[in-house]
Amino acid sequence: MLKIKNINTYYGKVHALKNVSLHLNAGEIVTLLGANGAGKTTILNTLSALTPAGSGEILFEGARIEALPPDRIVKLGICQVPEGRQVFKPLSVEDNLELGAYLRYRSREGRGAIKKDLEKVYQLFPRLLERRGQMAGTLSGGEQQMLAIGRALMARPRLLLLDEPSMGLAPLIVQEIFRVIETLRQESGTTVLLVEQNAKAALKMADRGYVMETGKVILEGVASELLENKEVQRAYLGKEKKEIWER
Amino acid sequence: MKREPVKYALLVAVALLAPLYFSGGYLMNVLVFVGINTLLVVALNLLLGFAGQISLGHAGFFGLGAYISAILTATHQVNPWLVMLIAALAVSALAFLIGFPVLKLKGHYLAMATLGLGIIIYIFFNEAVDITGGPSGFSGVPNLSIGALVFDDDVKNYYLVWSFTLVVILLAVNLSRSRIGRALRAIHDSEVAARVMGVNVRLLKVQIFALSAFISALAGSLYAHVMTFVAPASFGFHFSVELVTMVIIGGLGSVYGSLLGAALLTLLPEMLRAFQDYDIIIYGLILILATMFMPGGLVRGIPAVLAAILPKKQERG
Repeated sequence: MLKIKNINTYYGKVHALKNVSLHLNAGEIVTLLGANGAGKTTILNTLSALTPAGSGEILFEGARIEALPPDRIVKLGICQVPEGRQVFKPLSVEDNLELGAYLRYRSREGRGAIKKDLEKVYQLFPRLLERRGQMAGTLSGGEQQMLAIGRALMARPRLLLLDEPSMGLAPLIVQEIFRVIETLRQESGTTVLLVEQNAKAALKMADRGYVMETGKVILEGVASELLENKEVQRAYLGKEKKEIWER
Repeated sequence: MKREPVKYALLVAVALLAPLYFSGGYLMNVLVFVGINTLLVVALNLLLGFAGQISLGHAGFFGLGAYISAILTATHQVNPWLVMLIAALAVSALAFLIGFPVLKLKGHYLAMATLGLGIIIYIFFNEAVDITGGPSGFSGVPNLSIGALVFDDDVKNYYLVWSFTLVVILLAVNLSRSRIGRALRAIHDSEVAARVMGVNVRLLKVQIFALSAFISALAGSLYAHVMTFVAPASFGFHFSVELVTMVIIGGLGSVYGSLLGAALLTLLPEMLRAFQDYDIIIYGLILILATMFMPGGLVRGIPAVLAAILPKKQERG
C-alpha cells in the first residue's frame, strides 16, 4: 500500500532522515520505535508533506506522492494525528470533528455521509458525544487524544498516521485508545502507522515494527520477534539492562 | 439554533427604524459613519478575529477604494456603481498578490509588513498630487444615484450605507458558521493541525485577506460618495490602529461584536464633545477599562455584566 524508498529529509542543514526505506501492506499495523530525535515524527511529517522529502520516492498505492501538497495527501486518504494532539482548543468538539471532514464537503458523497461518520465516531468514543458542545480546550488529555483520533477518522483515512497517542496519558486511557485502534483495523481495514514511545504496548498490538536511530532504520521485523530481540529489549524495554551492559 | 435569524431580523428592524428617531439631528450623520466603520471592522475581524492574522494596513485598502471611486467618477465620469465594483475587485486583486509573500509572516512581523503597506499607500495619496490632489484632498465627487433618486442627504445616505452593511453582516455571519469559518478558526489556533486536516492554509489566508480588502474598498467607495471629498488624512496609520481597536473592543471573532465596537468607538468621541479638551483622556480611560473588564469584547462582556447584575436585583426585590 505504502512504499517509502530512500528518502532524505532536511531541517535546514540538519539531515533528519538518512536513506530511510519502509513499507506498509494494506490492513497492517506497523509501529515505528526509537529514541527521541531518531526521526520518527519526521517520517510522519514527510508523509503528510509538512516537511517535504529532499530526495527519494514515496509511493501510495503505486502512485508517487512525495511532491504533493498536504491537502492532496489528505484527499488521497492519508491522515495524521499529530503529536501532542493539537486539537483546536477554542472550537467545540463537534466543530473539531467536522473540520476533520473539511475536504469532503465539496465531494460528491454529500453531507449525509459526513453526518453518518460523525455518529460512528461518537459510537467509538461515547465520551465525545457527551461533550460535543464543549470547547475542546476544556477536555482532559485523554479526551483530547480521542478527539484528535476522531477528527482524523472524519477524513475517512485509509492510512492513519498516529504520532505518540499515549503521550502523557494514564495507563487505562492508553489501553482504551489502543483498543480503538485495533477495532478500526478489524472493522474498516484501516492501515495504521504508529509512532510510539511505549514500545511494549505498541509491539504487542502491531504486526511489524521498524526501529530507528539518528535518522536511520536500524532494525525491522515482525513485532513478536522484535519484542524478543535483545537489542530492542535493552534499548527500549529496559529488560536485562544490567546483564547486557556487563557483557 | 433558531437564534441567529432572530438576532439578524432584530438588527434589520432597528437599523430600518433608527432614522425615525434620529432624522434631522446631527447624530444621523454620525450613524452613516457607524455603518461605514462597521463594514470595515467586519472586514478586519474576518482576518484578525477569525483567521488570527493582523493587518495594520486596512486604512490603505479603505483609502484605495475611496480614491479609485473619487478619481474615476469625478475626473473620468465613469458610472459610479461600476467604479465601485471595479475598485473593490482591483483592491482585492492587489491584496491577493501582496498576500502571498506577506501572509507567510506571523505575529509582529506580519504587523510590520502590513503597516508598511498602509504607509506606502498613504504616501502615494499624498505625493501623487496630479492624480489625487495631494495633501489638500480631492473634491467634487458626485453623490450616488439610482434613476432620479440621488443620495444627497443624511437619511438617504444612511439607508444607502446600511443596506450594504446589513448584507455584509449577513454574509459574514453565514461565512463564520460554514466550514470555511471553522477552517479559519482552526488556522488561528494551530496552522500545523489545520494543514494535516487538509486545509490549504496558505491559500485560505490569502483568500480571506483579499475578501477583507474587497469589503474595505467597498466601504471606501461609499465613503467617497457620501463625503463627496477625500483627503489622505482619513486613511493614515492612525485609522488602521483605530480599526484594530474597534475589532478588539467589540469582540474578536464576532460579527455582531464588530458592529458594537464600530458603534461605540464612532459614537464615543461625539458624546464626549462636552468634555472639550479632556475628551481624549476619557476616551482612553474607557478603552482601558473596557479591555480590562471585558477581555472578550463588548459582545461577551455586556451579557456577562448583565448576568452579574440581574440576579442581584432579584435577591433584593
